Amino acid sequence: MGRRVNARHTLPEYRPLMSGLPGAVLNLLTAVALVFLLGPVVIVLIISFSADSFLGFPPSGFSLRWYYNFFGGDPTWLKAFWKSMRIASMTMALAILLGAPAAIVLARLKLRHRPIIEALVLAPLLVSPMIIAVASYLQLAKVGLTGTSFGLVLGHCVLALPFVVMNVMVSARSLDFRLEQAAMNLGARPLVVAWRVTLPLLIPGILTAALFAFLVSFDDVVLSMFLSGIEPTLQKRMWDDLRLEISPTVAAASSVLILVTLVVFAIGAVVNRRMTQRIAGRRRVNMERV
Amino acid sequence: MNAVPMSASAISLRAVRKVYPGGVAGVRDITLDVTRGTFVTLLGPSGSGKTTTLMMLAGFEEPTSGQILIDDADVTRTPPYDRNLGMVFQNYALFPHMTVEQNVEFPLRVRRLDADSRRAAVAKALALVKLEGFGRRRPTELSGGQQQRVALARALVFNPPILLMDEPMGALDKKLRQHMQLELKAIQRELGITVIYVTHDQEEAMSMSDRIVVMNNGLIEQVDSPEQIYHQPASRFVADFLGDTNFVTGADLNSLLRAADNSPAPYAAADVHSLRPESIEFHRDGTSKGYGPVTVEQMVFLGDSTRYKVRLPNGNELWARAQNGRYTTPIVVGDSLRIDWRRDHVVSIERSGAGETNLVNQ
Repeated sequence: MGRRVNARHTLPEYRPLMSGLPGAVLNLLTAVALVFLLGPVVIVLIISFSADSFLGFPPSGFSLRWYYNFFGGDPTWLKAFWKSMRIASMTMALAILLGAPAAIVLARLKLRHRPIIEALVLAPLLVSPMIIAVASYLQLAKVGLTGTSFGLVLGHCVLALPFVVMNVMVSARSLDFRLEQAAMNLGARPLVVAWRVTLPLLIPGILTAALFAFLVSFDDVVLSMFLSGIEPTLQKRMWDDLRLEISPTVAAASSVLILVTLVVFAIGAVVNRRMTQRIAGRRRVNMERV
Repeated sequence: MNAVPMSASAISLRAVRKVYPGGVAGVRDITLDVTRGTFVTLLGPSGSGKTTTLMMLAGFEEPTSGQILIDDADVTRTPPYDRNLGMVFQNYALFPHMTVEQNVEFPLRVRRLDADSRRAAVAKALALVKLEGFGRRRPTELSGGQQQRVALARALVFNPPILLMDEPMGALDKKLRQHMQLELKAIQRELGITVIYVTHDQEEAMSMSDRIVVMNNGLIEQVDSPEQIYHQPASRFVADFLGDTNFVTGADLNSLLRAADNSPAPYAAADVHSLRPESIEFHRDGTSKGYGPVTVEQMVFLGDSTRYKVRLPNGNELWARAQNGRYTTPIVVGDSLRIDWRRDHVVSIERSGAGETNLVNQ
């Protein structure tokens, strides 16, 4: 107990960077930024409970009619939702399968041109999704994959891979290579080392990468417009609705999207924490609880 | 070589050289035989090649040239997992995602031992390092000393003939380190295992080793027992690296001796000798013992002993050290005293030229 309390006391105390008028201005700016970031979310949430027949703020009354519409009234919504879930799951799996080994190699090997290779892997972050969408469309059309789920998954993988590679690479870099040396010294052959030591230690990084891959796919609208074909993803369905109907179902759908994102992050946080606990032991957790 | 019966050497390094990419020499040229069942320490400053040598023994580095034999078998190109050597890493390298038990069990598991023998061996190894009852804990829940015991248990559980240790005490505080040294030495004797121990700590090396290999700049400076290394250093580097010493010239010693009795100078003036401070004895001026006079110019209190800087008649200085309480009249700065030294503790380090007689050293 004493040790924990001491650990707590060694933490530096928080001191505001500025005080007086500059401090007040800084606080105000922070508040404005928060409102700016969270405002739209709050407004969408409110509209989704609207009783009106069209999008408008503030709503004149409240009801669950648009949620009812989303979850059954109009079956195309739920269908689109499940398609998005499927595509996101497949994107997650494929991006991890491709990205994680690449990340481990990039983190390990002393390649002469590693910065260039890394830049290439991260390039999709810098290129507009629209360009990726057009390019993917043209290439996939040649092999007849436009409008197929697999084609869309391939496209989303391009968007997701930078996140996967970055996350796994950070994990792989912080891995102590002496643990692998120790395993080898104790008689483990390279494959056994990878399976029993390297992989378990990289799981938290891989998990975070997987969540990012899922969300990148789930939140994409641009590639979906080009590649999803006649069965739209949820984002594409929302886009269609905005252009054609503008019913508050879009707001309900948005709320569902936000919820899915929150759930995914929550799962990620919980699982990641469990994993880290397993690796780091109980002591660190105790420190957090103090 | 296979026809020859097993020699007494557990490890043989033959003209081993390691040059890193870019031409940096890790180890220049090392030939060394390690007798089975001995505790051998590779001692040297950082960059001396001791860790490189250990890494080549473990199989993590491949020699640029030369040969490494373990039990008379050439293992120069054998991968680490086929060498069957125990190793304790500097940071212990315990698997953080496994419990203590699982860590110790790991080498048995990869050797495909059955569950019963694994359990028995793990229990025995944990008992050896006095960690019974800690099996279910995670390494991060243990103190540094306990982690080191786990690392030791894991390195010994599969009964390797040789144990490699890479500065394993570096992270422990002094009291714990001394305690672990005793325990490690006891375990080594009990198991009769050959230990190759790497450290830059000379006290650690002297307290545990049967033989010390002093390394410098990728070369072996001296291989000897701790006593020999300390009392008969083979080079200026060894004398300087282990303990405190004075490098005195023949002229310095002669200036004292001659001032006393005008006898012919016994030391060649340009020779350099190592003379340990504790080998110097003080006598009060006015007695017939010792040579001088010398003047005490500075004192450094060390707790159990005190170091004295004295000025010789020829103007050069010398450090002496004495246990506190050794002299009935305490020595103070400014005292004019006479000194004497054990003749066999004067070790010739550098000889000035051929033909001159040298009365010291053996």
